[in-house]
Amino acid sequence: MMEEIITSGRMNYKIDPQLHIWGWEIPLYLFLGGLAAGILYFASYYYLRGKEKDMPTAIKLAPMITPILLVIGLVALLLDLNHKPYFWKLYTTIKLESPMSWGAWTLMVVTPVSIIWSASYLREIFPNWDWKFKWLYALESYFIRNRKSLAWIMIFFSVILGIYTGILLSAFNARPLWNTSILGPLFLVSGLSAGAATIMMMSKDKLERNMFSRMDLVLIGIEIFLVIHMFMGFLASSQVQIEAAQLFLGGPYTLPFWTIAVFTGMILPGILEFLEIRGRHIPAYIPGLLILIGNISLRFIIVYAGQASRYLY
Amino acid sequence: MRSNRRDFIKISSMGIGGAAVAAPAFNWAEGAIKADNKKPGAEYKRTSTYCEICFWKCAGWVYSNDEGHIWKIEGNADDPHCNGRLCPRGTGGVGMYNDTDRLKTPLIRKTKNGKQVFEEATWDEALDVVAENLKKIANEHGPECVALFTHGSGGKFFGDLLKATGSTNITAPSFAQCRGPRETAFLATYGEIIASPEFTDIRDTKCLVLIGSHLGENMHNGQVQEMSEAIDKGATIITVDPRYSTAASKSKHWLPIKPATDLALLLAWINVLITEEWYDKDYVERYTYGFDQLKNHVQSFTPEWAYGITTLAPEMIRETAKEMANASPAVIVHPGRHVTWYGDDTQRLRAVAILNALLGSWGRKGGFYSPEKKSLPSYPHPEFPKPKRTWRDAHPGKYNLALEVVSNDICDSTIPSPDRACNFKGWIVNGTNLISTLPDLNNTLEAIQNLEFMVVIDTMPMEITGYADVVLPECTYLERYDYCRTDQHREPNIALRMPAVEPKYNTKPSWWMVKKLASKMELDDFFPWKDVEELLDWQLNQVGSSLEEMKRLGVKKFPREYDDLYFFKNQEVEFNTNTGKIELYSTDLAAEGFDPMPVYTKHKEPPPGFYRLNYGRSPAHTFSRTANNPNLTDLVDENVLWVNPQVAKDWSLKNGQPIWLENQDGVKSKFPIKVRITERIRFDSVYMVHGFGHSNKKLSRAYGKGVSDSELITKVLLDPVMGGTGMRGNFVTFKLENPNEEEVMS
Amino acid sequence: MRYAMAIDTKKCVGCADCVVACQTENNVPIGHCRDWIVENTAGTYPQLELEIRSERCNHCKNSPCVRCCPTGASHYSEGGIVLVTGDDCIGCGACIASCPYDARYPHPEGYVDKCTFCDHRVKNGQKPACVDVCPTHCMYFGDLDDPNSEVSNILKKRKYKRLIPEAGTDPQLYFLI
Ligand SMILES: Nc1nc2c(c(=O)[nH]1)N[C@H]1C(S)=C(S)[C@@H](COP(=O)(O)OP(=O)(O)OC[C@H]3O[C@@H](n4cnc5c(=O)[nH]c(N)nc54)[C@H](O)[C@@H]3O)O[C@H]1N2
Ligand SMILES: Nc1nc2c(c(=O)[nH]1)N[C@H]1C(S)=C(S)[C@@H](COP(=O)(O)OP(=O)(O)OC[C@H]3O[C@@H](n4cnc5c(=O)[nH]c(N)nc54)[C@H](O)[C@@H]3O)O[C@H]1N2
Ligand code: SF4
Ligand code: SF4
Ligand code: SF4
Ligand code: SF4
Ligand code: SF4
Ligand SMILES: [Mo]
Repeated sequence: MMEEIITSGRMNYKIDPQLHIWGWEIPLYLFLGGLAAGILYFASYYYLRGKEKDMPTAIKLAPMITPILLVIGLVALLLDLNHKPYFWKLYTTIKLESPMSWGAWTLMVVTPVSIIWSASYLREIFPNWDWKFKWLYALESYFIRNRKSLAWIMIFFSVILGIYTGILLSAFNARPLWNTSILGPLFLVSGLSAGAATIMMMSKDKLERNMFSRMDLVLIGIEIFLVIHMFMGFLASSQVQIEAAQLFLGGPYTLPFWTIAVFTGMILPGILEFLEIRGRHIPAYIPGLLILIGNISLRFIIVYAGQASRYLY
Repeated sequence: MRSNRRDFIKISSMGIGGAAVAAPAFNWAEGAIKADNKKPGAEYKRTSTYCEICFWKCAGWVYSNDEGHIWKIEGNADDPHCNGRLCPRGTGGVGMYNDTDRLKTPLIRKTKNGKQVFEEATWDEALDVVAENLKKIANEHGPECVALFTHGSGGKFFGDLLKATGSTNITAPSFAQCRGPRETAFLATYGEIIASPEFTDIRDTKCLVLIGSHLGENMHNGQVQEMSEAIDKGATIITVDPRYSTAASKSKHWLPIKPATDLALLLAWINVLITEEWYDKDYVERYTYGFDQLKNHVQSFTPEWAYGITTLAPEMIRETAKEMANASPAVIVHPGRHVTWYGDDTQRLRAVAILNALLGSWGRKGGFYSPEKKSLPSYPHPEFPKPKRTWRDAHPGKYNLALEVVSNDICDSTIPSPDRACNFKGWIVNGTNLISTLPDLNNTLEAIQNLEFMVVIDTMPMEITGYADVVLPECTYLERYDYCRTDQHREPNIALRMPAVEPKYNTKPSWWMVKKLASKMELDDFFPWKDVEELLDWQLNQVGSSLEEMKRLGVKKFPREYDDLYFFKNQEVEFNTNTGKIELYSTDLAAEGFDPMPVYTKHKEPPPGFYRLNYGRSPAHTFSRTANNPNLTDLVDENVLWVNPQVAKDWSLKNGQPIWLENQDGVKSKFPIKVRITERIRFDSVYMVHGFGHSNKKLSRAYGKGVSDSELITKVLLDPVMGGTGMRGNFVTFKLENPNEEEVMS
Repeated sequence: MRYAMAIDTKKCVGCADCVVACQTENNVPIGHCRDWIVENTAGTYPQLELEIRSERCNHCKNSPCVRCCPTGASHYSEGGIVLVTGDDCIGCGACIASCPYDARYPHPEGYVDKCTFCDHRVKNGQKPACVDVCPTHCMYFGDLDDPNSEVSNILKKRKYKRLIPEAGTDPQLYFLI
């Protein structure tokens, strides 16, 4: 028998008996960041492809919600901080090695860009909107003229944001569950899938909807592939990673992960979308919502389970 | 059921006035955040103390500021007891001061509306009640009918008070519940007791044999330090313990003995040393008496014989005997300290003493050195009156070989009996929580019920205070003066304890209480000093020091009077025994009608489904006294029950599962204890740390945490030689559901 | 200069004195700790082995906690001591999640706290509080770059191991075995 115990009664708040330094704030932040990244990616991508006419929801309408998502995300991040009065210290340095740092900076760039992008389309969507000041109108036309540059900035930073939501976790070697290069792509793809699902739900255009529905199907396929790949990687790796995988293979996270994140959030909407393409009538919000639920639960589960996975010594 | 004259009063039923005083700016006890995160620095002064958390009495420095905040306590580098390093309990001693559950003001038992309650009182009121009652008992029954139970420094002052009234019945649980059998056995063998700190020369030993002594868990500081030093120097450690103790894990040889069979092992070792002629012949010839009798006596106690009893392989017994012989005379068969185990303890310790004699370790480097101490003369006072009776008169002829007053015997003689001249009527209890200290709780409680008066002096609302008529709150050792420490060591030395901070709440030091009481009892003459500083300064002046110097030094060492730390080669030594020799054959024991040489007797074994209740120390706690200390409960806040995996399987127990215990007499534990499944304990025993399972709710951190071993020790194996209470003959079984609720329902 | 600590598991008795001493010396609030004791028992009665370790921040040479800190609050100080500047720390917890040893904790005041190798004492030529209090003298502290330091000497003489070297942090706590 092997018995390893801490005999000095360690009970550090949020650390013992098991790490839970991150509560709901970080996974929510990651979800919203991923979702916003997805929407902004599609918006700038299709804009650059010159699809402004065919993809009105993706390019004009959906980005409207991203400033809100990003601001809520930032508030969640702020709430997570234990030393809130000092949060501004985040913006006194740029630390390239710290995902937290470049995440914060990325948001610092993406959020205003998303606001500008949305503002530049505001009068197209709400024709009665009045900017009140002349200089605002001048600013608007300036940005409309330079939309192309804006789109390039946006596509670049939305990809960074998307990857960042995954990298933030996989940078932590100390948590075997997060310590996999697959987490970055997985979160990027799942963010794109959430973005696509949101656009799909918002779109009134049948063609646009079908287009995003099909895209989601592909993204879900990739996600499932990545999940399987991730577990194969774990199981072929060191003892600690095998134990990390065990959290989902019989361990405490088995049920929520496979039923909510994978089945409800990937397989079921995948089937529904497949049926839709085959011509069955499925209301778009059903697969869309399922994807969002799956998405958010994936992040919650990975953040929580990751904190439960640790090196044993 | 008879109604109790003395209901247990939880101190919580007292008024709230005391609590109002308790509003320290910095509340460690609550785990509150410290306001400023600055590193304490120059504004902290250091004052001398010696630790009161256990009786090793390490000297240290207390760092405190003018606001009454104690930052830390560090060991005094000049102190031979600690060499500048306190143990965890001493380091965490600051928790005693900061504990907001402390006793805060004197309390007097009153009956109100038919209910007994404690009422807060002024010191004058409380001390008046004490003085009155003590005088009343003296007048009606004689002053000898008052006994003092004490364990701790303040006891010396109360002892003086008692002697001034004409009683010498001063008893400490550190005799009959602790080291008594050892002292009697070594006195019988060498004409000298071991006392404290033990003069084992561990740092220079080549072989240390620990029989039960669980150094490392038993944190007697100097010994732990020296053991570590010995390990560094490559000494062999042999540990005899049925449990895989920390010391066992540091040992070259661990002998996992069957519990209660140590005497067989010791006799077998003696047998091997003699038959193989591995003993120190010259030493034995020169210094000992009764070798031939011993040789005859142990002839049949072969390792093969012992194997059947102890389950230890004969080769192992021979090999370890050889290790000891090879190291001789730098070998110590450690005399242990808490040795009241199975009732034949004096005889077991006699075997230990004999073994050391055969190995020639007494008086030898790496064995037992000869200690010296610097005594301080008493402040001049009239001679104490001669007592007309002592505790022995209760039953003449019994326990003649007990060197100190037998605490449990005082209990017995408090319960009235017609065939006894002297029944105790009054107890002064200072610094000992008799409820968790004495075995056979019912007997203790019955004695208490029969008292006319009991005053308890304590710092915490421990269980014993609930039975008192008057509770006197003492300030902690960090807030007071006491007599200087004058314990024995390699070098004679004295240490000063002085207050680092003002007493918190309405608490007072013992010396102050005694001085006041003396004056109320017209015993002023015996306490002619103005205050404790005058007393200490006078004493220190007699040895060429002063209070002022001691405040500076903390510890002062004196040169030895004789250069006799060890025997010289071929030195003639006159031992303080009847024969002037080390008595392998004890003439004292023979005269009292006991076996002059130890004989193995078989002890009872656990019935099926029961396990032997084994107990010991946690390095982070002292008995029951630290169970509420905020710093130390942070480390260990409850005791757990060590259970062998096989046993856990039989009972389907899980790690951390709370269970209740019931002993062979049907006594159930009040609280549950969590299971720790571990290979470190045998299948026939369970193990827990002594001192937990507190039942007084006023102890906010300790209440209901773990189980009290004491409440399950109802079977006492009395040592016929000196009255010690063997406590390891109790067996428990597991209750998976709360048995106490069941009882209420049926 | 490279500060390091060696802890002799053969002498440590697991008394946790180092934990209390750290608590009082550094005002670590009750309920929290910068160091802790691990007991590892292997085998079956009576064939048993026990290893006792006093653990704390490893002051890793390649420390993920410093790397992932977004503000630079976590940093290397003189002799490689890894420190947190409380007033630069936003309490994001990234360093906590990044430490394979769980050596850090959020201080109730918000910033992250951990073992400092008692830099305030070391600066004054003293040893860390835990080292100075240990009743078994089982901890050695000093400069690994100085071949004559206590810690260099003991590491020359004894076999040792480090904890989770595979995490790649290059820990500077050496456990003598
Ligand atoms: N931390 C700490 N240290 C203390 C104290 C404290 O309260 N806390 N108290 C101090 C005091 S006053 C005393 S008296 C000492 C007591 O400490 P010791 O003198 O060391 O006490 P023991 O009763 O010998 O120790 C208990 C050990 O005996 C073993 N044991 C049980 N049954 C048997 C048996 O049949 N045979 C053998 N060989 N071993 C057995 C147990 O497994 C356990 O390891 O500790 C002192 N040191
Ligand atoms: N079941 C069981 N019983 C045992 C033992 C065991 O291991 N198991 N061990 C035995 C041994 S070896 C011994 S030595 C005894 C020890 O027996 P005790 O010394 O009685 O042990 P404690 O339970 O610590 O009780 C000490 C009391 O002193 C109080 N106190 C602490 N500091 C002060 C102070 O400064 N002033 C005053 N006035 N009071 C203070 C505490 O609050 C507490 O009530 O117990 C013996 N009894
Ligand atoms: S051994 Fe520990 S508890 Fe006992 S006196 Fe020394 S420091 Fe205090
Ligand atoms: S103080 Fe020393 S012996 Fe005690 S636990 Fe810490 S390192 Fe081990
Ligand atoms: S042990 Fe943890 S906190 Fe310490 S330096 Fe290494 S990674 Fe950082
Ligand atoms: S919690 Fe503080 S020290 Fe840790 S990474 Fe965040 S800012 Fe840096
Ligand atoms: S080095 Fe200082 S801060 Fe670190 S554990 Fe030891 S006492 Fe605590
Ligand atoms: Mo004792």
